[in-house]
Amino acid sequence: MTESSSKKANVVAECLRSWNPKAVVEVIEFRGESTIVLPRELLRATAERCREDAKLQYNLLTDATCVDRFPAEPRFELNYHLVSIPRREKVRLRVWLGGNDPAVDSLVPVWPGANWLEREIFDLFGIRFLGHPDLRRILLPDDWEGHPLRRDYPVEGYRDVPNTGELFRKSSTP
Amino acid sequence: MTTVETAVGTAKTMVLNMGPQHPSTHGVLRILLELDGETVVKAIPDLGYLHTGIEKSCEDKTYSQVITLTDRMDYLNPLGNNLVYCLAVEKLLGLEVPKRAQYIRVMMVELQRISSHLVWLGTHAIDLGAMSVFLYCFREREEILNIFELFTGQRMMTSYIRIGGVALDPPAGWRQPVERFLKMMPSRVDEYETLLTENRIWIGRTKGIGYISPEDAIGLSMTGPTLRAAGVAYDNRKVFPYSSYEEFDFGVPTRTESDCYARYLVRVAEMRESLKIIRQAFEKIKDEGPIKADAPGIIPPQREKMKTEMEALIYHFKIFTEGFSPAPGEVFVTVESPRGELGCFIASDGSPKPLRVHFRGPSYINLQALPKLIEGQLISDVIACIGTIDIVLGEVDR
Repeated sequence: MTESSSKKANVVAECLRSWNPKAVVEVIEFRGESTIVLPRELLRATAERCREDAKLQYNLLTDATCVDRFPAEPRFELNYHLVSIPRREKVRLRVWLGGNDPAVDSLVPVWPGANWLEREIFDLFGIRFLGHPDLRRILLPDDWEGHPLRRDYPVEGYRDVPNTGELFRKSSTP
Repeated sequence: MTTVETAVGTAKTMVLNMGPQHPSTHGVLRILLELDGETVVKAIPDLGYLHTGIEKSCEDKTYSQVITLTDRMDYLNPLGNNLVYCLAVEKLLGLEVPKRAQYIRVMMVELQRISSHLVWLGTHAIDLGAMSVFLYCFREREEILNIFELFTGQRMMTSYIRIGGVALDPPAGWRQPVERFLKMMPSRVDEYETLLTENRIWIGRTKGIGYISPEDAIGLSMTGPTLRAAGVAYDNRKVFPYSSYEEFDFGVPTRTESDCYARYLVRVAEMRESLKIIRQAFEKIKDEGPIKADAPGIIPPQREKMKTEMEALIYHFKIFTEGFSPAPGEVFVTVESPRGELGCFIASDGSPKPLRVHFRGPSYINLQALPKLIEGQLISDVIACIGTIDIVLGEVDR
Protein backbone atom coordinates (compact mmCIF):
# COMPACT_ATOMS: atom_id res chain seq x y z
CA MET A 1 0.00 0.00 0.00
CA THR A 2 1.41 3.37 -0.96
CA GLU A 3 0.82 6.52 1.00
CA SER A 4 -0.87 8.35 -1.85
CA SER A 5 -3.40 5.58 -2.38
CA SER A 6 -4.49 5.51 1.25
CA LYS A 7 -4.81 9.28 1.14
CA LYS A 8 -6.97 8.96 -1.96
CA ALA A 9 -9.22 6.39 -0.29
CA ASN A 10 -9.61 8.75 2.63
CA VAL A 11 -10.64 11.55 0.30
CA VAL A 12 -13.38 9.42 -1.27
CA ALA A 13 -14.49 7.92 2.05
CA GLU A 14 -14.49 11.30 3.81
CA CYS A 15 -16.43 12.86 0.99
CA LEU A 16 -19.06 10.11 1.17
CA ARG A 17 -19.18 10.18 4.95
CA SER A 18 -19.79 13.91 5.03
CA TRP A 19 -22.69 13.34 2.62
CA ASN A 20 -24.18 10.43 4.53
CA PRO A 21 -22.48 9.04 7.66
CA LYS A 22 -23.94 5.59 6.97
CA ALA A 23 -22.59 5.36 3.41
CA VAL A 24 -19.21 3.83 4.24
CA VAL A 25 -19.07 0.54 6.12
CA GLU A 26 -15.37 -0.14 5.62
CA VAL A 27 -12.38 1.03 3.58
CA ILE A 28 -10.00 -1.71 2.40
CA GLU A 29 -6.52 -1.04 1.04
CA PHE A 30 -4.72 -3.74 -0.89
CA ARG A 31 -1.78 -3.37 -3.31
CA GLY A 32 -2.52 0.31 -3.83
CA GLU A 33 -6.18 -0.23 -4.70
CA SER A 34 -8.90 1.11 -2.47
CA THR A 35 -12.22 -0.58 -1.94
CA ILE A 36 -15.16 1.12 -0.29
CA VAL A 37 -17.71 -1.25 1.20
CA LEU A 38 -21.24 0.13 1.16
CA PRO A 39 -24.49 -1.01 2.74
CA ARG A 40 -26.53 -2.54 -0.03
CA GLU A 41 -29.56 -0.28 0.28
CA LEU A 42 -27.37 2.78 -0.34
CA LEU A 43 -25.62 1.44 -3.47
CA ARG A 44 -27.52 3.44 -6.07
CA ALA A 45 -27.53 6.68 -4.10
CA THR A 46 -23.80 6.40 -3.37
CA ALA A 47 -22.97 5.58 -6.98
CA GLU A 48 -24.91 8.62 -8.08
CA ARG A 49 -23.02 10.70 -5.52
CA CYS A 50 -19.70 9.38 -6.81
CA ARG A 51 -20.62 10.47 -10.31
CA GLU A 52 -22.13 13.86 -9.51
CA ASP A 53 -19.91 15.16 -6.69
CA ALA A 54 -17.52 17.81 -8.02
CA LYS A 55 -14.71 16.47 -5.82
CA LEU A 56 -15.11 12.86 -7.02
CA GLN A 57 -16.32 12.93 -10.67
CA TYR A 58 -16.27 9.18 -11.20
CA ASN A 59 -17.92 9.41 -14.61
CA LEU A 60 -16.99 6.03 -16.12
CA LEU A 61 -18.25 2.71 -14.81
CA THR A 62 -15.58 0.50 -16.27
CA ASP A 63 -16.52 -2.88 -14.88
CA ALA A 64 -18.87 -4.68 -12.58
CA THR A 65 -18.35 -8.23 -11.45
CA CYS A 66 -19.18 -10.68 -8.72
CA VAL A 67 -17.23 -13.09 -6.54
CA ASP A 68 -18.92 -16.09 -4.96
CA ARG A 69 -17.42 -16.91 -1.55
CA PHE A 70 -19.52 -20.04 -1.06
CA PRO A 71 -19.90 -21.58 1.57
CA ALA A 72 -19.24 -18.35 3.53
CA GLU A 73 -22.24 -16.17 4.21
CA PRO A 74 -22.98 -13.53 2.91
CA ARG A 75 -21.58 -15.29 -0.12
CA PHE A 76 -21.78 -12.78 -3.01
CA GLU A 77 -19.41 -9.87 -3.26
CA LEU A 78 -20.37 -7.36 -5.98
CA ASN A 79 -17.54 -5.15 -7.17
CA TYR A 80 -18.03 -1.98 -9.22
CA HIS A 81 -14.93 -0.41 -10.72
CA LEU A 82 -15.23 3.31 -11.29
CA VAL A 83 -12.86 5.62 -13.14
CA SER A 84 -12.75 9.36 -13.00
CA ILE A 85 -11.45 10.47 -16.40
CA PRO A 86 -10.86 14.12 -15.35
CA ARG A 87 -9.17 13.20 -12.04
CA ARG A 88 -7.33 10.11 -13.33
CA GLU A 89 -8.39 8.04 -10.33
CA LYS A 90 -9.91 4.62 -9.82
CA VAL A 91 -11.98 3.28 -6.98
CA ARG A 92 -13.89 0.10 -6.27
CA LEU A 93 -17.32 0.03 -4.64
CA ARG A 94 -18.40 -3.18 -2.99
CA VAL A 95 -21.63 -4.55 -1.58
CA TRP A 96 -22.24 -7.94 0.04
CA LEU A 97 -25.31 -10.05 -0.75
CA GLY A 98 -26.61 -13.12 1.02
CA GLY A 99 -27.24 -16.38 -0.79
CA ASN A 100 -30.97 -16.41 -0.12
CA ASP A 101 -32.57 -14.65 -3.13
CA PRO A 102 -29.75 -12.16 -3.79
CA ALA A 103 -31.01 -8.85 -5.16
CA VAL A 104 -29.68 -5.31 -5.32
CA ASP A 105 -30.61 -2.01 -6.95
CA SER A 106 -29.61 -1.73 -10.58
CA LEU A 107 -27.14 0.99 -11.59
CA VAL A 108 -28.60 1.40 -15.10
CA PRO A 109 -30.33 4.68 -14.11
CA VAL A 110 -26.90 6.05 -13.12
CA TRP A 111 -24.79 4.58 -15.94
CA PRO A 112 -26.62 3.10 -18.97
CA GLY A 113 -23.45 1.04 -19.53
CA ALA A 114 -24.29 -1.04 -16.46
CA ASN A 115 -26.96 -2.79 -18.54
CA TRP A 116 -24.96 -5.65 -20.05
CA LEU A 117 -22.59 -5.88 -17.09
CA GLU A 118 -25.54 -6.58 -14.80
CA ARG A 119 -27.13 -8.95 -17.30
CA GLU A 120 -23.89 -10.93 -17.34
CA ILE A 121 -23.88 -11.15 -13.54
CA PHE A 122 -27.55 -12.12 -13.55
CA ASP A 123 -26.85 -14.81 -16.14
CA LEU A 124 -23.77 -16.33 -14.52
CA PHE A 125 -24.45 -15.75 -10.80
CA GLY A 126 -28.22 -15.42 -10.57
CA ILE A 127 -28.26 -12.06 -8.85
CA ARG A 128 -31.34 -9.97 -9.55
CA PHE A 129 -30.99 -6.26 -10.25
CA LEU A 130 -34.04 -4.32 -9.16
CA GLY A 131 -35.15 -1.68 -11.64
CA HIS A 132 -33.10 -3.12 -14.52
CA PRO A 133 -34.95 -2.42 -17.79
CA ASP A 134 -34.13 -5.67 -19.57
CA LEU A 135 -32.99 -8.36 -17.14
CA ARG A 136 -32.55 -11.41 -19.41
CA ARG A 137 -29.78 -13.95 -19.78
CA ILE A 138 -27.11 -12.71 -22.17
CA LEU A 139 -24.43 -15.35 -22.77
CA LEU A 140 -26.37 -18.54 -22.07
CA PRO A 141 -29.68 -19.70 -23.60
CA ASP A 142 -32.82 -18.52 -21.79
CA ASP A 143 -33.70 -22.06 -20.68
CA TRP A 144 -30.31 -22.83 -19.12
CA GLU A 145 -30.45 -24.47 -15.71
CA GLY A 146 -28.49 -22.86 -12.90
CA HIS A 147 -25.82 -20.19 -12.84
CA PRO A 148 -22.43 -21.57 -13.91
CA LEU A 149 -20.09 -19.18 -12.14
CA ARG A 150 -21.45 -20.04 -8.70
CA ARG A 151 -18.90 -22.07 -6.78
CA ASP A 152 -21.39 -24.88 -6.14
CA TYR A 153 -22.14 -25.34 -9.86
CA PRO A 154 -20.27 -28.41 -11.19
CA VAL A 155 -17.80 -27.70 -14.00
CA GLU A 156 -19.51 -30.30 -16.23
CA GLY A 157 -22.98 -28.85 -15.60
CA TYR A 158 -25.98 -30.67 -14.23
CA ARG A 159 -26.72 -32.89 -17.23
CA ASP A 160 -24.88 -35.31 -19.50
CA VAL A 161 -26.35 -33.88 -22.69
CA PRO A 162 -25.90 -30.33 -23.92
CA ASN A 163 -28.69 -27.90 -23.25
CA THR A 164 -30.76 -27.74 -26.45
CA GLY A 165 -34.23 -26.97 -25.26
CA GLU A 166 -37.47 -25.96 -26.91
CA LEU A 167 -36.37 -22.36 -27.15
CA PHE A 168 -33.25 -23.26 -29.11
CA ARG A 169 -35.30 -24.99 -31.80
CA LYS A 170 -37.82 -22.18 -31.87
CA SER A 171 -35.28 -19.42 -32.31
CA SER A 172 -33.35 -21.16 -35.06
CA THR A 173 -36.36 -20.86 -37.40
CA PRO A 174 -36.92 -17.14 -37.91
CA MET B 1 -31.15 -16.51 -26.78
CA THR B 2 -33.47 -13.83 -28.06
CA THR B 3 -36.51 -15.07 -29.92
CA VAL B 4 -37.89 -13.23 -32.92
CA GLU B 5 -41.09 -12.38 -31.02
CA THR B 6 -39.07 -10.06 -28.75
CA ALA B 7 -38.56 -7.65 -31.61
CA VAL B 8 -42.03 -7.66 -33.17
CA GLY B 9 -43.39 -4.15 -33.45
CA THR B 10 -46.32 -2.61 -35.26
CA ALA B 11 -47.75 -3.96 -38.50
CA LYS B 12 -45.85 -1.31 -40.43
CA THR B 13 -42.47 -2.80 -39.62
CA MET B 14 -40.77 -6.09 -40.40
CA VAL B 15 -38.20 -8.03 -38.40
CA LEU B 16 -35.00 -9.12 -40.08
CA ASN B 17 -32.68 -11.64 -38.52
CA MET B 18 -29.06 -10.68 -39.24
CA GLY B 19 -26.52 -13.31 -38.35
CA PRO B 20 -25.24 -15.34 -36.60
CA GLN B 21 -23.74 -16.53 -39.88
CA HIS B 22 -23.24 -13.23 -41.61
CA PRO B 23 -19.80 -12.25 -42.92
CA SER B 24 -19.95 -8.66 -41.73
CA THR B 25 -20.72 -9.55 -38.13
CA HIS B 26 -17.06 -10.66 -37.81
CA GLY B 27 -17.88 -13.90 -36.06
CA VAL B 28 -21.13 -15.17 -34.70
CA LEU B 29 -23.09 -12.13 -33.65
CA ARG B 30 -26.83 -12.10 -34.23
CA ILE B 31 -28.81 -8.90 -34.45
CA LEU B 32 -32.57 -8.68 -34.62
CA LEU B 33 -33.46 -5.66 -36.70
CA GLU B 34 -36.89 -4.14 -36.76
CA LEU B 35 -37.16 -2.26 -40.04
CA ASP B 36 -39.42 0.38 -41.44
CA GLY B 37 -38.59 0.15 -45.11
CA GLU B 38 -34.81 0.31 -45.04
CA THR B 39 -34.58 2.28 -41.79
CA VAL B 40 -33.69 0.52 -38.56
CA VAL B 41 -36.30 1.21 -35.90
CA LYS B 42 -34.94 -1.08 -33.24
CA ALA B 43 -31.93 -3.35 -32.93
CA ILE B 44 -31.42 -6.14 -30.40
CA PRO B 45 -27.98 -7.81 -30.37
CA ASP B 46 -27.99 -11.46 -29.33
CA LEU B 47 -24.71 -12.94 -28.11
CA GLY B 48 -23.33 -16.03 -26.53
CA TYR B 49 -22.73 -18.24 -29.57
CA LEU B 50 -19.03 -18.45 -28.72
CA HIS B 51 -19.39 -18.65 -24.94
CA THR B 52 -16.81 -21.16 -23.75
CA GLY B 53 -16.81 -20.49 -20.02
CA ILE B 54 -13.21 -19.31 -19.85
CA GLU B 55 -13.79 -17.59 -16.50
CA LYS B 56 -15.12 -20.81 -15.00
CA SER B 57 -12.20 -22.82 -16.40
CA CYS B 58 -9.74 -20.37 -14.83
CA GLU B 59 -11.00 -21.28 -11.36
CA ASP B 60 -9.77 -24.83 -11.82
CA LYS B 61 -6.25 -24.00 -12.99
CA THR B 62 -3.13 -22.76 -11.25
CA TYR B 63 -2.11 -19.17 -11.86
CA SER B 64 0.45 -20.07 -14.54
CA GLN B 65 -1.91 -22.40 -16.42
CA VAL B 66 -4.48 -19.65 -16.99
CA ILE B 67 -2.15 -17.82 -19.42
CA THR B 68 -2.92 -20.17 -22.32
CA LEU B 69 -6.65 -19.54 -21.89
CA THR B 70 -6.22 -15.78 -22.13
CA ASP B 71 -4.79 -16.13 -25.66
CA ARG B 72 -8.06 -17.52 -26.85
CA MET B 73 -10.37 -14.70 -25.85
CA ASP B 74 -9.43 -11.83 -28.11
CA TYR B 75 -7.66 -13.81 -30.80
CA LEU B 76 -6.44 -10.68 -32.57
CA ASN B 77 -4.70 -9.50 -29.42
CA PRO B 78 -3.33 -12.57 -27.60
CA LEU B 79 -0.24 -10.76 -26.34
CA GLY B 80 -2.34 -7.99 -24.83
CA ASN B 81 -4.48 -10.57 -23.05
CA ASN B 82 -1.37 -12.32 -21.71
CA LEU B 83 -0.09 -8.94 -20.57
CA VAL B 84 -3.18 -7.88 -18.63
CA TYR B 85 -3.43 -11.22 -16.87
CA CYS B 86 0.26 -11.31 -15.97
CA LEU B 87 0.18 -7.70 -14.74
CA ALA B 88 -2.74 -8.60 -12.49
CA VAL B 89 -0.97 -11.65 -11.03
CA GLU B 90 2.23 -9.64 -10.59
CA LYS B 91 0.29 -6.96 -8.75
CA LEU B 92 -1.27 -9.62 -6.56
CA LEU B 93 2.18 -11.00 -5.76
CA GLY B 94 3.88 -7.60 -5.52
CA LEU B 95 6.39 -8.71 -8.13
CA GLU B 96 8.80 -6.33 -9.87
CA VAL B 97 9.50 -7.11 -13.55
CA PRO B 98 12.98 -6.31 -14.98
CA LYS B 99 13.09 -3.29 -17.28
CA ARG B 100 14.34 -5.31 -20.23
CA ALA B 101 11.33 -7.61 -20.04
CA GLN B 102 9.02 -4.60 -19.77
CA TYR B 103 10.43 -3.08 -22.96
CA ILE B 104 10.12 -6.39 -24.79
CA ARG B 105 6.51 -6.57 -23.65
CA VAL B 106 5.83 -3.04 -24.90
CA MET B 107 7.36 -3.76 -28.28
CA MET B 108 5.40 -6.97 -28.75
CA VAL B 109 2.10 -5.47 -27.62
CA GLU B 110 2.49 -2.51 -29.96
CA LEU B 111 3.27 -4.81 -32.88
CA GLN B 112 0.12 -6.66 -31.91
CA ARG B 113 -1.83 -3.42 -31.92
CA ILE B 114 -0.75 -2.67 -35.48
CA SER B 115 -1.59 -6.18 -36.63
CA SER B 116 -5.01 -5.97 -34.99
CA HIS B 117 -5.72 -2.60 -36.59
CA LEU B 118 -4.65 -4.06 -39.94
CA VAL B 119 -7.18 -6.88 -39.62
CA TRP B 120 -9.79 -4.34 -38.62
CA LEU B 121 -9.01 -2.04 -41.54
CA GLY B 122 -8.94 -4.89 -44.05
CA THR B 123 -12.20 -6.47 -42.97
CA HIS B 124 -13.97 -3.16 -42.44
CA ALA B 125 -13.00 -2.08 -45.95
CA ILE B 126 -14.10 -5.39 -47.44
CA ASP B 127 -17.48 -5.01 -45.70
CA LEU B 128 -17.90 -1.65 -47.38
CA GLY B 129 -16.84 -2.96 -50.78
CA ALA B 130 -13.14 -2.04 -50.96
CA MET B 131 -11.67 -5.44 -51.72
CA SER B 132 -8.06 -4.51 -52.42
CA VAL B 133 -7.37 -2.84 -49.05
CA PHE B 134 -7.80 -6.23 -47.42
CA LEU B 135 -4.98 -7.68 -49.51
CA TYR B 136 -2.67 -4.78 -48.69
CA CYS B 137 -3.36 -5.04 -44.96
CA PHE B 138 -2.83 -8.77 -44.77
CA ARG B 139 0.48 -8.42 -46.60
CA GLU B 140 1.87 -6.34 -43.71
CA ARG B 141 0.15 -8.41 -41.05
CA GLU B 142 2.06 -11.39 -42.39
CA GLU B 143 5.32 -9.57 -41.63
CA ILE B 144 4.22 -9.00 -38.03
CA LEU B 145 3.15 -12.62 -37.60
CA ASN B 146 6.57 -13.68 -38.89
CA ILE B 147 8.18 -11.56 -36.18
CA PHE B 148 5.93 -13.22 -33.58
CA GLU B 149 6.89 -16.64 -34.88
CA LEU B 150 10.55 -15.72 -34.58
CA PHE B 151 10.15 -14.53 -30.98
CA THR B 152 7.64 -17.00 -29.63
CA GLY B 153 7.44 -19.98 -32.00
CA GLN B 154 3.78 -19.21 -32.63
CA ARG B 155 1.99 -16.90 -35.01
CA MET B 156 -1.23 -16.41 -33.07
CA MET B 157 -1.66 -18.14 -29.70
CA THR B 158 1.67 -16.96 -28.42
CA SER B 159 1.48 -17.26 -24.60
CA TYR B 160 4.73 -15.33 -24.73
CA ILE B 161 4.23 -12.98 -21.80
CA ARG B 162 4.55 -14.93 -18.57
CA ILE B 163 4.19 -14.10 -14.90
CA GLY B 164 7.31 -12.15 -13.95
CA GLY B 165 8.61 -11.50 -17.45
CA VAL B 166 8.54 -13.09 -20.87
CA ALA B 167 8.97 -16.72 -21.90
CA LEU B 168 12.12 -16.52 -24.04
CA ASP B 169 15.05 -14.27 -24.73
CA PRO B 170 14.74 -12.52 -28.10
CA PRO B 171 16.32 -14.88 -30.67
CA ALA B 172 19.66 -14.15 -32.31
CA GLY B 173 19.28 -11.74 -35.20
CA TRP B 174 15.88 -10.42 -34.09
CA ARG B 175 16.79 -6.82 -34.78
CA GLN B 176 17.00 -7.28 -38.54
CA PRO B 177 13.36 -8.20 -39.27
CA VAL B 178 12.03 -5.63 -36.78
CA GLU B 179 14.24 -2.93 -38.28
CA ARG B 180 13.05 -3.88 -41.77
CA PHE B 181 9.43 -3.71 -40.63
CA LEU B 182 9.94 -0.30 -39.00
CA LYS B 183 11.51 1.06 -42.21
CA MET B 184 8.80 -0.34 -44.45
CA MET B 185 5.65 0.31 -42.45
CA PRO B 186 5.26 4.14 -42.57
CA SER B 187 5.09 4.12 -46.37
CA ARG B 188 2.61 1.22 -46.21
CA VAL B 189 0.30 3.19 -43.91
CA ASP B 190 0.51 5.99 -46.48
CA GLU B 191 -0.62 3.48 -49.08
CA TYR B 192 -3.78 2.62 -47.14
CA GLU B 193 -4.49 6.30 -46.72
CA THR B 194 -4.03 6.88 -50.46
CA LEU B 195 -6.61 4.19 -51.10
CA LEU B 196 -9.20 5.34 -48.58
CA THR B 197 -8.81 8.73 -46.89
CA GLU B 198 -9.93 10.83 -49.85
CA ASN B 199 -11.86 8.10 -51.60
CA ARG B 200 -15.34 9.47 -52.36
CA ILE B 201 -17.09 6.13 -51.93
CA TRP B 202 -15.33 5.53 -48.60
CA ILE B 203 -16.24 9.00 -47.33
CA GLY B 204 -19.80 8.52 -48.54
CA ARG B 205 -20.14 5.25 -46.65
CA THR B 206 -18.54 6.41 -43.40
CA LYS B 207 -18.80 10.19 -42.92
CA GLY B 208 -21.63 11.20 -40.60
CA ILE B 209 -22.59 7.55 -40.02
CA GLY B 210 -22.95 6.13 -36.53
CA TYR B 211 -22.67 9.30 -34.47
CA ILE B 212 -22.54 9.05 -30.69
CA SER B 213 -22.05 12.01 -28.35
CA PRO B 214 -19.11 11.93 -25.89
CA GLU B 215 -21.53 11.99 -22.92
CA ASP B 216 -23.42 8.97 -24.26
CA ALA B 217 -20.17 7.17 -25.05
CA ILE B 218 -18.88 7.59 -21.48
CA GLY B 219 -22.29 6.72 -20.06
CA LEU B 220 -22.29 3.49 -22.05
CA SER B 221 -18.77 2.73 -20.75
CA MET B 222 -17.23 2.87 -24.22
CA THR B 223 -13.44 3.05 -24.37
CA GLY B 224 -10.67 2.89 -26.92
CA PRO B 225 -10.63 4.41 -30.41
CA THR B 226 -14.44 4.74 -30.38
CA LEU B 227 -14.29 7.02 -27.35
CA ARG B 228 -11.24 8.88 -28.61
CA ALA B 229 -13.02 9.59 -31.91
CA ALA B 230 -15.66 11.34 -29.79
CA GLY B 231 -13.04 13.73 -28.45
CA VAL B 232 -12.24 12.13 -25.07
CA ALA B 233 -8.48 11.53 -24.82
CA TYR B 234 -8.76 8.54 -22.50
CA ASP B 235 -5.94 6.08 -23.07
CA ASN B 236 -4.77 3.74 -20.30
CA ARG B 237 -1.19 3.97 -21.52
CA LYS B 238 -1.22 7.68 -20.60
CA VAL B 239 -3.76 7.85 -17.77
CA PHE B 240 -2.69 4.77 -15.78
CA PRO B 241 0.72 3.86 -17.26
CA TYR B 242 1.84 0.25 -16.93
CA SER B 243 4.90 -1.64 -18.16
CA SER B 244 7.00 1.59 -18.29
CA TYR B 245 4.74 3.35 -20.83
CA GLU B 246 5.47 6.60 -18.97
CA GLU B 247 9.00 6.48 -20.43
CA PHE B 248 7.77 6.47 -24.01
CA ASP B 249 7.00 9.50 -26.11
CA PHE B 250 3.81 9.12 -28.12
CA GLY B 251 0.60 10.96 -28.81
CA VAL B 252 -3.03 10.01 -28.27
CA PRO B 253 -4.88 10.76 -31.52
CA THR B 254 -8.38 12.11 -31.05
CA ARG B 255 -11.13 13.46 -33.31
CA THR B 256 -14.35 15.20 -32.46
CA GLU B 257 -16.71 14.12 -35.28
CA SER B 258 -17.44 10.77 -33.59
CA ASP B 259 -18.58 9.05 -36.78
CA CYS B 260 -17.27 5.98 -38.62
CA TYR B 261 -14.86 8.13 -40.61
CA ALA B 262 -13.38 9.70 -37.47
CA ARG B 263 -12.85 6.25 -35.95
CA TYR B 264 -11.05 5.20 -39.10
CA LEU B 265 -8.76 8.24 -38.91
CA VAL B 266 -8.06 7.63 -35.21
CA ARG B 267 -7.04 4.02 -35.81
CA VAL B 268 -4.78 4.88 -38.74
CA ALA B 269 -3.13 7.61 -36.64
CA GLU B 270 -2.72 5.07 -33.83
CA MET B 271 -0.77 2.78 -36.12
CA ARG B 272 1.71 5.60 -36.71
CA GLU B 273 1.98 6.29 -32.96
CA SER B 274 2.57 2.59 -32.30
CA LEU B 275 5.43 2.65 -34.78
CA LYS B 276 7.03 5.44 -32.74
CA ILE B 277 6.70 3.36 -29.58
CA ILE B 278 8.17 0.28 -31.26
CA ARG B 279 11.12 2.33 -32.48
CA GLN B 280 11.79 3.61 -28.95
CA ALA B 281 11.40 0.16 -27.40
CA PHE B 282 13.69 -1.27 -30.08
CA GLU B 283 16.41 1.10 -28.93
CA LYS B 284 15.75 0.61 -25.22
CA ILE B 285 16.01 -3.20 -25.31
CA LYS B 286 19.58 -4.07 -24.41
CA ASP B 287 21.26 -7.14 -25.88
CA GLU B 288 21.98 -8.63 -22.48
CA GLY B 289 19.93 -8.69 -19.32
CA PRO B 290 17.31 -10.56 -17.36
CA ILE B 291 13.94 -11.34 -18.96
CA LYS B 292 12.33 -12.70 -15.81
CA ALA B 293 11.97 -11.45 -12.26
CA ASP B 294 14.12 -13.02 -9.58
CA ALA B 295 11.49 -14.78 -7.49
CA PRO B 296 12.25 -18.40 -6.61
CA GLY B 297 9.09 -20.39 -6.03
CA ILE B 298 7.12 -18.31 -8.53
CA ILE B 299 9.27 -18.13 -11.65
CA PRO B 300 10.41 -21.56 -12.91
CA PRO B 301 14.22 -21.90 -12.59
CA GLN B 302 16.48 -22.08 -15.64
CA ARG B 303 16.85 -25.54 -17.12
CA GLU B 304 20.58 -25.58 -16.49
CA LYS B 305 20.12 -24.81 -12.79
CA MET B 306 17.31 -27.29 -12.44
CA LYS B 307 19.61 -30.09 -13.53
CA THR B 308 22.49 -29.17 -11.26
CA GLU B 309 20.99 -27.63 -8.13
CA MET B 310 18.77 -29.48 -5.68
CA GLU B 311 16.94 -26.35 -4.57
CA ALA B 312 16.07 -25.32 -8.12
CA LEU B 313 14.74 -28.80 -8.80
CA ILE B 314 12.46 -28.60 -5.77
CA TYR B 315 11.11 -25.22 -6.87
CA HIS B 316 10.56 -26.53 -10.37
CA PHE B 317 8.60 -29.49 -9.04
CA LYS B 318 6.55 -27.33 -6.68
CA ILE B 319 5.67 -24.74 -9.33
CA PHE B 320 4.47 -27.29 -11.88
CA THR B 321 2.57 -29.55 -9.51
CA GLU B 322 1.14 -27.33 -6.83
CA GLY B 323 1.70 -23.79 -8.11
CA PHE B 324 2.24 -20.78 -5.89
CA SER B 325 -0.12 -19.08 -3.46
CA PRO B 326 -0.50 -15.30 -3.52
CA ALA B 327 -1.85 -13.42 -0.50
CA PRO B 328 -5.65 -13.21 -0.23
CA GLY B 329 -7.06 -10.08 -1.83
CA GLU B 330 -8.42 -8.60 -5.03
CA VAL B 331 -6.73 -6.66 -7.81
CA PHE B 332 -8.06 -5.01 -10.94
CA VAL B 333 -5.63 -4.05 -13.69
CA THR B 334 -6.44 -2.31 -16.96
CA VAL B 335 -4.41 -1.99 -20.15
CA GLU B 336 -5.16 -0.37 -23.48
CA SER B 337 -5.98 -3.09 -25.98
CA PRO B 338 -6.53 -2.22 -29.67
CA ARG B 339 -10.25 -2.18 -28.92
CA GLY B 340 -10.25 -0.23 -25.66
CA GLU B 341 -9.80 -0.76 -21.97
CA LEU B 342 -9.02 -4.40 -21.30
CA GLY B 343 -9.29 -5.22 -17.63
CA CYS B 344 -8.50 -8.23 -15.51
CA PHE B 345 -9.94 -8.75 -12.05
CA ILE B 346 -8.48 -11.50 -9.87
CA ALA B 347 -9.72 -12.51 -6.44
CA SER B 348 -7.36 -14.71 -4.48
CA ASP B 349 -8.26 -16.68 -1.38
CA GLY B 350 -4.65 -17.61 -0.63
CA SER B 351 -4.77 -20.97 -2.45
CA PRO B 352 -2.73 -21.88 -5.57
CA LYS B 353 -5.81 -21.49 -7.77
CA PRO B 354 -7.61 -18.18 -8.32
CA LEU B 355 -10.98 -17.85 -6.61
CA ARG B 356 -12.27 -15.76 -9.47
CA VAL B 357 -10.82 -14.36 -12.68
CA HIS B 358 -12.87 -11.86 -14.62
CA PHE B 359 -11.97 -10.12 -17.85
CA ARG B 360 -13.44 -6.79 -18.81
CA GLY B 361 -13.59 -7.26 -22.57
CA PRO B 362 -13.75 -3.94 -24.41
CA SER B 363 -15.56 -5.56 -27.35
CA TYR B 364 -18.36 -6.76 -25.09
CA ILE B 365 -18.94 -3.37 -23.55
CA ASN B 366 -18.50 -1.33 -26.72
CA LEU B 367 -20.98 -3.59 -28.53
CA GLN B 368 -23.60 -2.44 -26.06
CA ALA B 369 -23.67 0.91 -27.85
CA LEU B 370 -24.57 -0.67 -31.21
CA PRO B 371 -28.35 -0.05 -30.97
CA LYS B 372 -27.59 3.58 -30.11
CA LEU B 373 -25.39 3.90 -33.22
CA ILE B 374 -27.72 2.27 -35.73
CA GLU B 375 -31.26 3.07 -34.68
CA GLY B 376 -32.68 5.51 -37.21
CA GLN B 377 -30.00 4.71 -39.79
CA LEU B 378 -30.22 2.70 -42.99
CA ILE B 379 -29.63 -1.03 -43.01
CA SER B 380 -26.48 -0.65 -45.13
CA ASP B 381 -25.01 1.54 -42.39
CA VAL B 382 -25.49 -1.23 -39.84
CA ILE B 383 -22.55 -3.00 -41.44
CA ALA B 384 -20.37 0.11 -41.29
CA CYS B 385 -21.25 0.56 -37.61
CA ILE B 386 -20.52 -3.03 -36.58
CA GLY B 387 -17.19 -2.81 -38.35
CA THR B 388 -16.29 0.48 -36.78
CA ILE B 389 -16.79 -0.71 -33.19
CA ASP B 390 -14.17 -3.38 -33.98
CA ILE B 391 -15.52 -6.36 -32.08
CA VAL B 392 -13.92 -9.75 -31.62
CA LEU B 393 -16.60 -12.25 -30.73
CA GLY B 394 -14.18 -14.47 -28.87
CA GLU B 395 -13.80 -11.68 -26.36
CA VAL B 396 -17.46 -10.67 -26.37
CA ASP B 397 -18.62 -14.15 -25.38
CA ARG B 398 -15.51 -15.44 -23.54
